[in-house]
Amino acid sequence: MLTRRIIPCFDVDNGRVVKGVSFVELRDAGDPVELARAYEQQGADELVFLDITASSDNRSTTYDMVAATADQVFIPFTVGGGIRSALDMKVMLELGAEKVSINTSAIQTPELINEGAYRFGSQAVVVAIDARRVRGSKGQWEVFTHGGRNPTGLDAVEWAKEAATRGAGELLVTSMDTDGHQSGYDIGLLRAISDAVTVPVIASGGAGGPEHMTKALAEGHASAVLAASIFHFGTYSIREVKEHLAAAGLPIRPVPAAS
Amino acid sequence: MTHGPVVVIDYDAGNLRSVSRALGHVGAEPVVSADPADIDRAGALVLPGVGAAADTMAKLSERGLVEPILEYIAADRPFLGVCMGMQALLLRSEEGDTPCLGVLPGEVRRFEPSPDRKVPHMGWNTVEWLREHPVVEGVPSGSYFYFVHSYHPTVSDASLALGETEYGVRFPSVLARGHLVATQFHPEKSGELGLRIYRNFVEWARRLSTASSPVPAAT
Repeated sequence: MLTRRIIPCFDVDNGRVVKGVSFVELRDAGDPVELARAYEQQGADELVFLDITASSDNRSTTYDMVAATADQVFIPFTVGGGIRSALDMKVMLELGAEKVSINTSAIQTPELINEGAYRFGSQAVVVAIDARRVRGSKGQWEVFTHGGRNPTGLDAVEWAKEAATRGAGELLVTSMDTDGHQSGYDIGLLRAISDAVTVPVIASGGAGGPEHMTKALAEGHASAVLAASIFHFGTYSIREVKEHLAAAGLPIRPVPAAS
Repeated sequence: MTHGPVVVIDYDAGNLRSVSRALGHVGAEPVVSADPADIDRAGALVLPGVGAAADTMAKLSERGLVEPILEYIAADRPFLGVCMGMQALLLRSEEGDTPCLGVLPGEVRRFEPSPDRKVPHMGWNTVEWLREHPVVEGVPSGSYFYFVHSYHPTVSDASLALGETEYGVRFPSVLARGHLVATQFHPEKSGELGLRIYRNFVEWARRLSTASSPVPAAT
């Protein structure tokens, strides 16, 4: 049976993981490769690296990180941040990323989704959607860009449908309302999008514990859940989360035995 | 035949490097090549692949790889196809109604998408072995592997299926005949058990070339 996926996410600046990770003894808590390997051992189903390097002059540090990760990590990983063209996509995929995630650039140039899907296959193109609930509305969300700063006027569900129609193989949906609060994902947003498209949806923003993840999967109809802090700070291990989800009746890949 | 290298066919497949890295990780020192001469001297041949069927067939054809691959497989030499490299072995694909290599009797069909059965079939799913095989030695039936595909293989000869997976339909997720093996999932992205499959394949190919070698190779 196809299992739901648990995906730790890292922010990377100049090839280094930022916002410290403290769940386990690491020689170098900023080394993305060491972290990725540790999470693979713990049973992570996939990984997401979000590149927040401000200057495009420093892209080579990101390239080195992606190549080094691909050399040593044998589960899929996605790279997002700063991908603005089909050439940017090609570089990341050739370096060894399984998928690339595009957000602002997909809104500015929606044809980029079509081009990416045509050239690299839908499975390689993730469209990330940052959305905020429209005040006073019952079930409406607006898409924001630039890390949630700029409103677009786009309806999140409509944009999700368009992105999938253009060839996105997966949608990474983040609620700007719940992100960082650890009080749960926006279940209404997840469900509205997940039920409107036939591609998988990754839930993001607001994970505080396994019960939030259960809800995102069972009630939000997401195919995968993404979280950062609760894993990085050791609040919960991947194993604990997986045991909780399995006990709730969700199909989960058990943590592999240590080799 | 002496110990030829493990050759990974280079036709710009998206997972070319991941496949090569996994083979390197299990000690195979793979040669990545689009040269028919390398295919001819290969001790084992690996066809990677992701993306669209028509694009895959067009690239194989443009690079003059179709005939060398068909000849290699016809001689029943060790061969591994991965994902699109599996689908390409069948007669044809519904994806763009594309004729494929026709090495195995069967077709590639689309999953019917719906909001509660998402397509692509993306993530970790189980594979049940239908029989024993050197390539899956030490890998328990029901193990999880990483899949990502919108089309799935079907075969008209059930004895070709080595492994089976369920996603709305039951489909053969591993095919095997003679010294050919093909997986729909990505062993190179399936952690330790995926690497085990590469290791098994490489060792199997090595044993075969030793067995068929008229002159024992120097150690």
